[in-house]
Amino acid sequence: MSQTKRFLAVTVAAVTALGMVGACSKETAGTKPAADGQINLVVDTFGDFGYKALVAQYQKDHPNVKVELRSVQKLDDYKPKLTQYLAAGTGAGDVVALEEGILNEFKTQPQNFVNLLDHGAADQQANFLPWKWELGKAGADGPLIGLGTDVGGLAVCYRKDLFAKAGLPTDRDAVSKLWPGWDEFISTGKKFTAASTGAKGFVDSVTTSFSAMLSQAGETNFYDRDNKLIADSNPVVKQAWDTSMKMVSEGISAKVPTWSKDWEAGFKNGSFAVTMCPSWMLGIIKTNSGAANTGKWDVAAVPGGGGNWGGSWLAVPAQSKHPKEAYELAKFLTTPESHVGAFKEAGPLPSSPKALDDPAFLALTNDYFSNAPVGKIFGEGAKSLKPVVLGPKHQAVKERAFEPAMQAVEQGKLTSDKAWQQALKTAVKEAK
Amino acid sequence: MTSSSVVRSSAAARAAGDRVPWRSRLTRADVKFAPYFFIAPFFVLFAIFGAFPLVYTGWVSLHDWHLIGEHTFVGLGNYTALFADPDFWNALKNTVGIFVIATVPQLLLALMMANLLNRKIRGRTFFRMGVLIPNVTSVAAVGIVFGQLFARDVGLVNYLVTALGLDAVDWQANTWSSWIAIAVMVDWRWTGYNTLILLGAMQAISKDLFEAAELDGAAPRQQFWRITVPLLRPTLVFTVIISTIGGLQLFTEPVIFGNGRMLGGTLGQFQTVTMYMYETAFQRFQYGYGAAIAWSLFGLIVVFSLVNLLIVRRAAR
Repeated sequence: MSQTKRFLAVTVAAVTALGMVGACSKETAGTKPAADGQINLVVDTFGDFGYKALVAQYQKDHPNVKVELRSVQKLDDYKPKLTQYLAAGTGAGDVVALEEGILNEFKTQPQNFVNLLDHGAADQQANFLPWKWELGKAGADGPLIGLGTDVGGLAVCYRKDLFAKAGLPTDRDAVSKLWPGWDEFISTGKKFTAASTGAKGFVDSVTTSFSAMLSQAGETNFYDRDNKLIADSNPVVKQAWDTSMKMVSEGISAKVPTWSKDWEAGFKNGSFAVTMCPSWMLGIIKTNSGAANTGKWDVAAVPGGGGNWGGSWLAVPAQSKHPKEAYELAKFLTTPESHVGAFKEAGPLPSSPKALDDPAFLALTNDYFSNAPVGKIFGEGAKSLKPVVLGPKHQAVKERAFEPAMQAVEQGKLTSDKAWQQALKTAVKEAK
Repeated sequence: MTSSSVVRSSAAARAAGDRVPWRSRLTRADVKFAPYFFIAPFFVLFAIFGAFPLVYTGWVSLHDWHLIGEHTFVGLGNYTALFADPDFWNALKNTVGIFVIATVPQLLLALMMANLLNRKIRGRTFFRMGVLIPNVTSVAAVGIVFGQLFARDVGLVNYLVTALGLDAVDWQANTWSSWIAIAVMVDWRWTGYNTLILLGAMQAISKDLFEAAELDGAAPRQQFWRITVPLLRPTLVFTVIISTIGGLQLFTEPVIFGNGRMLGGTLGQFQTVTMYMYETAFQRFQYGYGAAIAWSLFGLIVVFSLVNLLIVRRAAR
């Protein structure tokens, strides 16, 4: 057989087989026409947004809508997944959560999302804290991409049993009085580590404190208002860094990296007595500590005053086949009543002033955390929270430049000065 | 004899070509083309899921390609940037380092185990099946278990280390300790797989050779190194190349060891090339640069496989 013939044969065979593959896929992959007007909506979140009960209620009120909740445990895994869905033009949920650290990056490509104002979202504005509403928009007069879910009011979670062992007060008001500022927090930590409690350190690691300090700083962190990287010159960053480094050198850190196996097990084993807890952290602490430690944790005020760490928005990707219904669902999930419901279920703090004033919200306690009046603790400062200006790559600069550098100091691999240089160098790379 | 008869018959067929009826021509076409038709699915699938992504990745690598943003053509700009990128070289160093300390003991161990399993031992089938169990265990489960074994505060390995009176090791913090931990994970999964491949090749070696050697007074050890190993050469080459391809693409184990993050430790001490590629493309959204890393990795694997091929051929001669 000649070369051309052979080539022809292969091509014919290939084309035939290709046709078969194509024919198959047409039958299986095609979207089934919704039987009797049934609409399936998918909600993509990370961690626990506390939507189980709310979704059940929504499905009861809208019998033609079926909602699937999809959740990825870590934000770090969630972001690339969502990005791939957006890039591929398919796969994303009809409603997706956008966290504040990644929101700005997605806002630079607003064409990927439905402008919620087109669906009449403007009448929802009064439901949200003004800054929360504004941040949901891409630019002052831009499209509205997200409706606010939660804000990240700060507090400190502490182990009462370990505090008692170290001879420290255990009552939450008395504990709050121990540390008006970070210096007092460090000296309390030194008292704690001097006593023998079996813990590896006072605070889990300094990275969480660093995040808390940055969120208290008001105004700006790594970026200025023009989205220019100012990590090297912003005194706020340097000050938070120095205080964090002091925690390491004073030996109050248990040096367990957040989200590591040692960190997760540390909650159960009492490796540390204190961790920073924005309200969304309560659920994580409960899961990690387990039922055996019920009532051992309590919630006190954060040193250095309130701040906002974290918080999300719900957006509707432009690829959604049911943008109108998706918007209706997002609207429902972000009403003041739903904010309270989600808080009850998983702890994300409402970003709706109405919800924050709701007596039912203020009366909420958390039985796992020694019946701490969490509604009151987190709700009190929430309305006065000032958002920090986060640039497009805030999350990346914090989690991939600064936190590893601090952990390297904790591991004894770098000196504080070297680590600072390293962090700045990586920050430039991440911000590129 | 056979070849000449084939030639003659086909020549005869060609001479008679014009006179054969339609049905028999159809039969001949069937005989000629059907094989291509039957093997086509593989090539079609490969074209769609193998060749096309490969070429497309090459095209992407010539662009400044934001994953959900703009694309601009930059020629070989990504490659020149890559070769000046210290993070890439760091990742390459880690990948090769882990590859060496994982693969060398792994293949030696596999060779020894295959030799043992080739003997008449009690429960032979049980052990032969058993060595493959780590390989069919879910990678995620392996990662979780080993992550706990090598945890600093709560890990079993450190429990043993401290029981021996030594200081607990922060496995993730040091370069050497993280490499060892990852190599252990890799070996745990892949030694059994290579054992079975080598065992299969050993069973194909004729028993006569060993009997003859035994009559000549060769000790088992000599038989192993002088007969078994040289005759295993093609199979050894195969396992080395497969290990090279797998080792240079090492991803899951170090990712899970690093708590699911792509950083590979605080200073990137165990970030492999594939982790750096993923980080670049899907976390920094620099899709074009990530594609350039992918293509460079492909080139490196080809080079490494060739080098290993030469080394193994020499050594097993």
